[in-house]
Amino acid sequence: MTDLTASAPPSTEKKKPGLAGILFAGFWVVVFASLAYYLAASWNSDLFARYGLPYLEGLWVTVSLVVSSFVCGAILSVPIAFGRMAESRTARVPSFLFVYFFRGTPLIAQIFLVYYGFGEFRGFLDSIGLWWFFREAWFCALFTIALNSAAYQAEILRGAIESVPKGQWEGGRSLGISRSVIFSRIVLPQAMIVALRPYANELILLIKGSAIVAIITVYDLFGITRQAYARTFDFQTYVWAAVLYLVVVEILRRLTNFAEARVTRHMQR
Amino acid sequence: MEALTHLGFGETGWGDDIAHGVFVTGSLAVCTLPIGLAVGFLLALAKQSGDRLLFISANIYTTIFRGLPELLTLFLVYFGVNNLLKSFSDATGLPDIALSSFVSGMIALGLVFSAYASEVFVAAFRAIPRGQYEGANALGIGSFMTMRLVIFPQLVRIALPGLSNLWMILLKDTALVSVIGLTDILRQSQIAARVTREPFLFFGTAILLYLVLTLISSIAIGRIDQWSKRGEVSR
Repeated sequence: MTDLTASAPPSTEKKKPGLAGILFAGFWVVVFASLAYYLAASWNSDLFARYGLPYLEGLWVTVSLVVSSFVCGAILSVPIAFGRMAESRTARVPSFLFVYFFRGTPLIAQIFLVYYGFGEFRGFLDSIGLWWFFREAWFCALFTIALNSAAYQAEILRGAIESVPKGQWEGGRSLGISRSVIFSRIVLPQAMIVALRPYANELILLIKGSAIVAIITVYDLFGITRQAYARTFDFQTYVWAAVLYLVVVEILRRLTNFAEARVTRHMQR
Repeated sequence: MEALTHLGFGETGWGDDIAHGVFVTGSLAVCTLPIGLAVGFLLALAKQSGDRLLFISANIYTTIFRGLPELLTLFLVYFGVNNLLKSFSDATGLPDIALSSFVSGMIALGLVFSAYASEVFVAAFRAIPRGQYEGANALGIGSFMTMRLVIFPQLVRIALPGLSNLWMILLKDTALVSVIGLTDILRQSQIAARVTREPFLFFGTAILLYLVLTLISSIAIGRIDQWSKRGEVSR
């Protein structure tokens, strides 16, 4: 209960470490020390020789899958975002349904529907010459993650564009600038500053979410990890995967902070 | 017509199995929520406390559980804790105990939920002006009662949109626990799809059921939002 009293106004004076802080920090010291001891004690050079390179290849599969689906999603998100902002109902309703469908259901269920479900229409897909695409787990993953990400990115884009005050449009109009130039030169640069962090978060979510593709037999970082564990029953395979994922996400987070500081430097005092 | 017999209840259909899956999905999410909220709130207090050790420790927690893929967290809990328990029972000669997939799912999703929730709570704490604490102090209200009667009600109102987002994410993340064998919506549909060879029908049904769950959630959240704002002037 001492915690509850400590929550009062963010105090200006620095407090001495309390018991709770010492216990919590001590917990982490114990966890990291035993983890280091565990990894040192179970050090196995055979395991590294066998799975070191596959892990890096798996990481490459994860990164390439995420980057390509992110880019495809970004392209797809543009018409959807404009559909959401459009005046006409015929544009608004379908884009709303698209976004609602992909954000309201789990990615893993969507991937299963595409990978296992589309196989039922093999004859039809064959006849339109798309079976080669939906036969491959990698392409199915790309297809689903791109559509899923398009829904999220459309909302990011819409939110960012709508966050730019109306006065920016009106000011541009009063100077006689055409709508397309106002959009690309005045509104979009301001919207992108707002959108930078959400986009980076979406990228991080995709890296984490893409671990699901291991279930449909894509050998990404998580897929390789599962394979290594299934063959060796050595738990450190999962610990190394965790370290790799944490490093990648942390690098992305640092890059985002750097990029954000850079694009907002005209607003800092 | 064939689809109807597949989805029907009773011996020949999979309706009752999938309905049970809906119950499992719902109860996993509902059981995880209070743990995640409580731990997330304590973490937010730790980040707010001004105690450096608490601040750093809480941030290590969030960095780890926001950075790891949810699926990997789940596997780490499921295999890691079960390995530990097994070596423990081997060493002591006690009977084997193992975490079920439901409990592992609760722990893993609770870890992830609390890491995100703590950030939502911290943002909400920052949105409450200092004057609220000072006013309560001037009235002679103790710090625990200030928390309970003055800060917490405002905190809930400010944090609600963020927390309802997290609830939606939690609801969808329960589908991941099917990978370690929890018989939730997705798992049951997968079994049905394999037996009947109708994957599109069953995974489509699963997706529609998740949509229904998120729809019900958003209606319920709307009600809670109204309720939390009942003290505000209606305009």
